[in-house]
Amino acid sequence: MRDTVFDVLPPKPGVGYKPQHFASIMAGSGPVQWLEIHAENFMGDGGRPLAQLRHLAERLPISVHGVGLSIGGEAALDVDHLGRLKSLCNWLNPASFSEHLAWSSHDGAYFNDLLPLPYTAATVARVADHVAQVQDVLGRRMLLENPSSYLAFAETEMSEVDFLTEVARRTGCGLLLDVNNVFVSATNLGFAPMAFIEAFPLHLVGEIHLGGHDVDHDEVGAVLLIDSHAHAVTDPVWELYRAVIAKAGPKPTLIEWDNDVPEWSVLAKEAARAAAILEPAR
Amino acid sequence: MSEASFAAALLDPARPVPPGLLRPDGLPADKRFAVYRNNVAVSLSEGLQAGFPVVKKLVGEAFFTAMAGEFLRTHPPRGRIMMLYGDEFAGFLANFPPVAAYPYLPDVARIEQSLRESYHAGDAEPLPVAAFGIPEAELLMSRLSFAPALRLVRSNWPIHAIWRFNTEGGPSPVPGPQDALILRPEFDPKPLLLPPGGGQFMEHLLEGAPLVQALSASPPDFNLSAVLALLLNGRAITGLHP
Repeated sequence: MRDTVFDVLPPKPGVGYKPQHFASIMAGSGPVQWLEIHAENFMGDGGRPLAQLRHLAERLPISVHGVGLSIGGEAALDVDHLGRLKSLCNWLNPASFSEHLAWSSHDGAYFNDLLPLPYTAATVARVADHVAQVQDVLGRRMLLENPSSYLAFAETEMSEVDFLTEVARRTGCGLLLDVNNVFVSATNLGFAPMAFIEAFPLHLVGEIHLGGHDVDHDEVGAVLLIDSHAHAVTDPVWELYRAVIAKAGPKPTLIEWDNDVPEWSVLAKEAARAAAILEPAR
Repeated sequence: MSEASFAAALLDPARPVPPGLLRPDGLPADKRFAVYRNNVAVSLSEGLQAGFPVVKKLVGEAFFTAMAGEFLRTHPPRGRIMMLYGDEFAGFLANFPPVAAYPYLPDVARIEQSLRESYHAGDAEPLPVAAFGIPEAELLMSRLSFAPALRLVRSNWPIHAIWRFNTEGGPSPVPGPQDALILRPEFDPKPLLLPPGGGQFMEHLLEGAPLVQALSASPPDFNLSAVLALLLNGRAITGLHP
């Protein structure tokens, strides 16, 4: 499409792109220095979505974030879907590509959700094979994102940090650290979020996600946090983020707000809050 | 625990939660599994609500949500592109007894799915008007090619009027068949009413018949110039093949 000058994400705030914000972004994106798109929303053949993306990509670095590849799934990757990702990446030449440690399809049905997997020797081999295949087909290094968890698997044999570290070691992929997911999983599964961060291979982190969650309770009254992306980032997540940046230095940081999406000014304010933490760390 | 048992319980709340899924205290994570069930049902249902606003308006929100729940359990997405999920919705509605009193509902869904497809279809440059300045005999022998965003929806119901009444506040629909042509001059597709005979005429052209053949199958009072005007204004003709 163009000879991009945006070949890396800057260690500054970005936001998840929503079409209703197009005009505001084109008028001046303020503290927002890059955008993330969900790959599947731009897999049409033309029309307004791709026309808008073409304009945005001339202004700001773009991160392509896949939600439908089912990298954690038992089945082989869907080669048609991988082909569509490759076409999108070839056309856009994005600054980054990332996907999730999760599965979302089974036996031809697609669930449109990020579903969990147990962490075992067998699943680490499977996920590493899938990540290697994605990187081969796309011809680029990808980032793999830690999930938000609501439950644990009896058969799990290793920690999530060890799992992600091992996939990265086998494939050379980078990691996307979702700090809200760490907080949600830590609360739901009963571990200390800071211990997770202490153990995490921060040198492999190419991008950070921050988002809002909902508070619910399970059948015995235990707090159950839901990764809804429907609110502002909460204070404990900001605190955890501050600790991550203090340890890791500045990293590209995304504000994710996918449901009950607010006006652009609200998103820009969240981005400015991230910038205030990133700036002194430079 | 296999992915198959997780997946089966995900779409069917009547199934027990698969074993081996635990709360932090080590007991079965029943309510926690319900988060995944709810996420899947809500996200697929919201996808359908966004794609079929007129169907939703006609049956009401509560009814639509219940119906979407039935559809997504029996017809989960087969592809991973949610903006087009629902291509089987019209067929489902045609065979869903609770909406038998709304026989036009499947065609409303067809219009809405066509609008979504059209929105995401490939871009195409229309043929300049000057290209039609060829001898009439030659023009009549020509076949036309069309923009990828063009869709044709034929109906035994006043489908265009029903769509307009429920979106733009057009006049009350009057019984009778209507055919609609969906065109996307720039980025926003719109259903346009074809004159009588227009649906059949377009069907022939889309099958690759030359103009003269499509015309010979049309009724005597068929308004060719009205259809050509729609196509030209809608920037829908991309090729002329004598």
